[in-house]
Amino acid sequence: MTVASTGLRGRNYARNYWPFLLPAGVVVLAVIIFPWLFTLYMSVHEFKVGGDFTFIGLDNYLRLTTDDRFLWSVVRTLYFTALSVAFPVVLGVAAAVTFHKKFPMRGIARTIFILPMMATPVAVALVWTMTFHPQLGVLNYLLTSVGIPPSQWTYDSVSVIPTLVMVETWQWTPLVMLIVLGGLASLPIDPYEAATLDGASGWDMFRHITVPLVWPHIIVATVIRTIDALKAFDLIFVISGGGPGTSSETMNLFLYLQAFSFYNMGYAAAVTVVFFIIILLVSLLLFSARQQKQWQ
Amino acid sequence: MAIRVGTVRVGAIRKGKLLGNIGFGLAVAALISPAILFFLWMLSLSLKNEVDNMAFPPVFIPNPPVLDNFIQVFEKNDFLTYTLNSIFVSFGATGLALLLGVPAGFGIAKAQAAKAAAVIMIARVTPGLSYLIPLFLIFQWLEMTGTLWPLLITHLVITVPIVVWVMIGFFEGLPQELEEAALVDGATIWQAFLYVALPLARPGIVVAMILAFIFSWNNFIFGVVLAGRETRTLPVAVYNVISFEQISWGPLAAAALLVTAPVLLLTLLMQKEIVHGLTAGGVKGG
Repeated sequence: MTVASTGLRGRNYARNYWPFLLPAGVVVLAVIIFPWLFTLYMSVHEFKVGGDFTFIGLDNYLRLTTDDRFLWSVVRTLYFTALSVAFPVVLGVAAAVTFHKKFPMRGIARTIFILPMMATPVAVALVWTMTFHPQLGVLNYLLTSVGIPPSQWTYDSVSVIPTLVMVETWQWTPLVMLIVLGGLASLPIDPYEAATLDGASGWDMFRHITVPLVWPHIIVATVIRTIDALKAFDLIFVISGGGPGTSSETMNLFLYLQAFSFYNMGYAAAVTVVFFIIILLVSLLLFSARQQKQWQ
Repeated sequence: MAIRVGTVRVGAIRKGKLLGNIGFGLAVAALISPAILFFLWMLSLSLKNEVDNMAFPPVFIPNPPVLDNFIQVFEKNDFLTYTLNSIFVSFGATGLALLLGVPAGFGIAKAQAAKAAAVIMIARVTPGLSYLIPLFLIFQWLEMTGTLWPLLITHLVITVPIVVWVMIGFFEGLPQELEEAALVDGATIWQAFLYVALPLARPGIVVAMILAFIFSWNNFIFGVVLAGRETRTLPVAVYNVISFEQISWGPLAAAALLVTAPVLLLTLLMQKEIVHGLTAGGVKGG
């Protein structure tokens, strides 16, 4: 459409709508954009609550490069994220394919399936904590009753992150399922009919028709899952609190401790900036992967 | 084709189909059982007395089910205050977000303001904690700590992006013709918005409202930093008070169930709207 065709489009048309953005714009400026800028400002200052701002340039950032506790938290975050993306994406795609078929009581089954992601994370995390108790927890009872040796779950520095990944997978597989389900709903049926006539098996059709067609949705789900896993806080904070020791202390928990336990606000601000850059880089990396897949 | 196959093959096909159906049923059961079993276990913990909760092997079915844990939650804690706090914060943040976000979503969709949309997207990507450090300091300087206002204001960080994001999608999907007809007939843009676009977008507003409310209700991180003893929201209260002052599983499970029950009920009642909203945008707060 051109400006001439309706007389309503183009620059003037767009400008007429700015009053609609104004109220929200003011709030976004105050509670979203201002905090971003203030964080940048704080990150180049030495500042403790109650004290003064002292300009120290990039010292906070340089300190991060030699802070072992921070560097380990980055490694742990990447480890936690890799697992917390892989499992939900694989399971979520399988769930989406299942829920895409018509079957009796599909609506209620799908609703039950998405309950974990809607439930209050803290409430869910507290109950999971009870099931992980090495002596009294129901999980070890179930394991031993089928002959599997009991696990220390979150009480051991090796098994704590896989255990947290299990809860994260339980909670967030539904989001992947919903996004992929949205993709499946918009698929054409012709390729499937043609493939069925050619005698293709269900698995062949899944691999060569379904996956390529919903690939953009799988990538979107992967990006969202990655961002959320990098930012994971509630579950880890409540279930393990970063422990035992610091064995499940991710970047977000490190940030929380620096800011609100040690009150090193300037240093915490620098962590925030680095954290944000990591999130942005990983998201861009995943989106460029999507582009390459499309060119092939 | 069906005419040519003999009875034997029809039987084999039926048998294969039956096996397929059983396999499919098992797959569905495998997918939903982790959720069902978890929530049933939560219910079981909340309805058992302390002896049964600490028993090994565990007691699975409460016999008889007792409501003592729920009574204890209300008697031993200021649960009512925390509930009112949560209601004030979540309803307030959702209401304000609708008031601000619905027109903004309309404006962004109509003006195709990609930059404004990008800001909302980046807000979605940023960790919640990174807003908290600056806002925490500001609220301290303004001496607002100890009231519920800092919580309500920070919850806008969650609710406004959700509402704007959902509404952009909805307004973009609406047919242009009705609105343009109204404008040609001499209506102002505000009239076209209020009397034409808004009524059409009602399903979208419902989706945005439900999602904003749920993610505000569930939010923990803002409360854990900003709430004082009297201003805790439910998720913070269930973590702080109940987990530290009495480490018994029954009341803790009962409190956890009470906190999340409104959200679970809302999900069951409004599953169509929620599925629609989440499928469209993949929104999540915090």
